[in-house]
Amino acid sequence: MTGLLRRAGQTLLVLFGVSVLVFGIFFATPGADPTARIAGRNASPQTMEKVRHEYGFDRPLPVQYAIMMKKLFITRDLASYANRGERVVPEIMQAAPVTACLVCGAAFIWVTASIAMGTVAAAMKDTWVDRGLMMLGLVGISIPVFWLGEVANLITQNRYHDTWLFSWVPGLGYIPFSQSPLGWFRALVIPWVVLAVMFIGIYSRVLRTDLVTLAGEDFMRTARAKGLSPVRVLLWHGLRTSMVTFVSLFGMDFAQLAGGGALLTEVVFGLPGVGRLTYRALTTLDLPVIMAAVMYSAVFVVLANAAVDVIYLFLDPRVRDAR
Amino acid sequence: MPADRPAPLLDVRDLCVGFPARGRMVPIVEHVSFSLPEAGILGLVGESGSGKSVTAMAIMGLIDTPGVRVSGSVRFRGRELVGLPPRQMRRLRGRDIAMIFQDPMTAFTPVYTIGWQIDEQIRAHERVSRTQARARTVRILGEMGVPDPERMARRYPHQLSGGLRQRAMIAMALSCNPTLLIADEPTTALDVTVQAQILDLIRSLRATHGSSVLLITHDMGVVAQTCDSTLVLYSGRVAETGPSGRVFDHPGHPYTAALLDSIPPLYGPRPDRLPAIAGAPPVPTDRPAGCAFGPRCAHVHATCTAAPPALVPLGPGHAAACVLPAEGTPLPPRTVARGDACP
Repeated sequence: MTGLLRRAGQTLLVLFGVSVLVFGIFFATPGADPTARIAGRNASPQTMEKVRHEYGFDRPLPVQYAIMMKKLFITRDLASYANRGERVVPEIMQAAPVTACLVCGAAFIWVTASIAMGTVAAAMKDTWVDRGLMMLGLVGISIPVFWLGEVANLITQNRYHDTWLFSWVPGLGYIPFSQSPLGWFRALVIPWVVLAVMFIGIYSRVLRTDLVTLAGEDFMRTARAKGLSPVRVLLWHGLRTSMVTFVSLFGMDFAQLAGGGALLTEVVFGLPGVGRLTYRALTTLDLPVIMAAVMYSAVFVVLANAAVDVIYLFLDPRVRDAR
Repeated sequence: MPADRPAPLLDVRDLCVGFPARGRMVPIVEHVSFSLPEAGILGLVGESGSGKSVTAMAIMGLIDTPGVRVSGSVRFRGRELVGLPPRQMRRLRGRDIAMIFQDPMTAFTPVYTIGWQIDEQIRAHERVSRTQARARTVRILGEMGVPDPERMARRYPHQLSGGLRQRAMIAMALSCNPTLLIADEPTTALDVTVQAQILDLIRSLRATHGSSVLLITHDMGVVAQTCDSTLVLYSGRVAETGPSGRVFDHPGHPYTAALLDSIPPLYGPRPDRLPAIAGAPPVPTDRPAGCAFGPRCAHVHATCTAAPPALVPLGPGHAAACVLPAEGTPLPPRTVARGDACP
């Protein structure tokens, strides 16, 4: 319990550090006037003056930082000037669930598929099944996600949309779960698979390597000497131990995707998630949105990391005692 | 073997194990034969790389390197184990033949409790409930001298000391009441006091559990303290075999004699330096045509280099693979070594 509390304290500290860093990069870099950046291109002098006062850019840096954090987290009225006063924080809050749905679904697919592939490949080490699966994994890693997405769109939205095979695919975009669960699933299932492909490749290869290495461990030999079946040795002793590595890898990737790393997939499939929001903000140089998105992503990575640490406690008794 | 003696529990004849390397078979174990009677303790002695562990793994059917060749015969209670289908071998493993490994630190799966892992073995071989299995686990842990066995069963391997872990390991090996226990250097990773306790425990097993033990070690002192009979392996071949008393008093092979010389004496003046055997054993790919110990032997002469010497009987059950006894120049008997090593 105290371990969890300490972990929470550390998380808060890291978040504070990240926010200072992000603020510093955006607003405290010498030689650039943050007012002009916030106000956007070709802003009038009146707007400039208003922004300067509102954000306290005429006051010392710590005050500026405090105002910015207040606008981000407390009053949540950080506004985008490039986009005619659109509130930034609600915008992100609206985009977050879309990203979360996309990433969670993809994560489910890639975890299941890569565990299956990696375990089967390790069990049939050096056979053509193993080689075939690993080759497939390598192909998956090598295919760029935007290309795969475009091809998927080309096939399902265009070429073969009118055939029985793909007539169920809705047009590009997102359908909220609350509106139609089936529509939600139909709209997301192709993006899920497309996003998962590369990770299936990476994870299955990592898992196979890990399982093959573990097969030489003393405890695997003990398990065989106990008279357990090869399947039980592989799953209950090998795979269970491999999960420790697997989860730490997963935590990283999941966090960076949920924090906006699924940008390309979101753009290709027209999903209004955090990634696409960032993409739009980047094209219009909408500084408040970019900063809020970066903050959001940092928060997500740190929180996901903390979550992985907690899962770790359950998976690895050695870590449990080290705290 | 005389006909009136009962059939041995384990009878190994002409066991050869070859591993493929660079397109050819490299013999690791060559024509090893020995037998182990019921409730007997046999010491398998040799340096690292002499093929002790490979012999044990071959008996257990645990070698699964692709392309490995195991030939000869391993009879366990009259049943041939070489070439036994994996499914039947698995049923024997852990139930009739159990194994203890060298390093108790790494021999348990780190993510499960000790008790869980012992329960698992019991439940793999017998139809018992979870609670029954746990009850037996706790009982055996207690018998192996683990204090507070109920709580220890709920602990993870990393939470136990090396000695406790090795006791738990032995408890796990004994959980299904095996008739044969193969202990592969069970005390090497432990410190000296714990080592003695574990050896005591292993020795007592034949009285308490009726188990025969195949004790693999590189330590002649351990053999002297523990084993009825001794088998000395050198470079994958049998150098000498016989009852421990005879082997220790009348070593027939210069290698055995040299091993005995390297035990530090417990009583009397200690030498400044313990005698060591100069050189290193030959690598398996490059064994000499004659006696494998020849290049390191003080008594080497022309007849040694022609072909590997055959085992020459030296007494009841005692034989050595050396030309010296046949040539009428046997090694002198040793009268002090065993007394020193085993007061």
